[in-house]
Amino acid sequence: MKVHWRKGADAALAEAKTNKKPLLMDFSAAPA
Amino acid sequence: MPLAAHIKERPAYFHRFDALWTPSVLILDPNGEERYRIEGYLPVDEFRAQLEMGLARVAFMSKDFADAERRYAAILDRYANTKAAPEALYWKGVSHYKATNDHTVLGELPGMFRQQYPDSIWAMKTAAWEH
Repeated sequence: MKVHWRKGADAALAEAKTNKKPLLMDFSAAPA
Repeated sequence: MPLAAHIKERPAYFHRFDALWTPSVLILDPNGEERYRIEGYLPVDEFRAQLEMGLARVAFMSKDFADAERRYAAILDRYANTKAAPEALYWKGVSHYKATNDHTVLGELPGMFRQQYPDSIWAMKTAAWEH
């Protein structure tokens, strides 16, 4: 299953609120 | 809903969300309140269990105690051998109590911990409920 990673926090927070879904934020410094 | 924040692409997010170490995974409720944080690498099953603990915590903190109890029970079922299991057992009992006001479940926990997770810090936290 392909994961749709959001990149913008404000848009993701708004989307989470609208859809009443939790938000998972992955903070990484690993090389791409 | 997942959001990726790489330090080279989104350094401001690290400051905004107090991410001082990587990897860090934050689980926020739908209103943007942080409810759970996982810092450091974990084996796959431990990580999955922690993610589920985060979602259970979201349910608990939103006072959906029946959903929280179901989620903690599922963690115990799927990840019984992980480090998350004792904490899940504790919060499953608390969630049941909060959902039903039936305090007898709390009195049963010390014995369950003695049998299953006697060395866990969560066992200590239930000792006061011993009859």
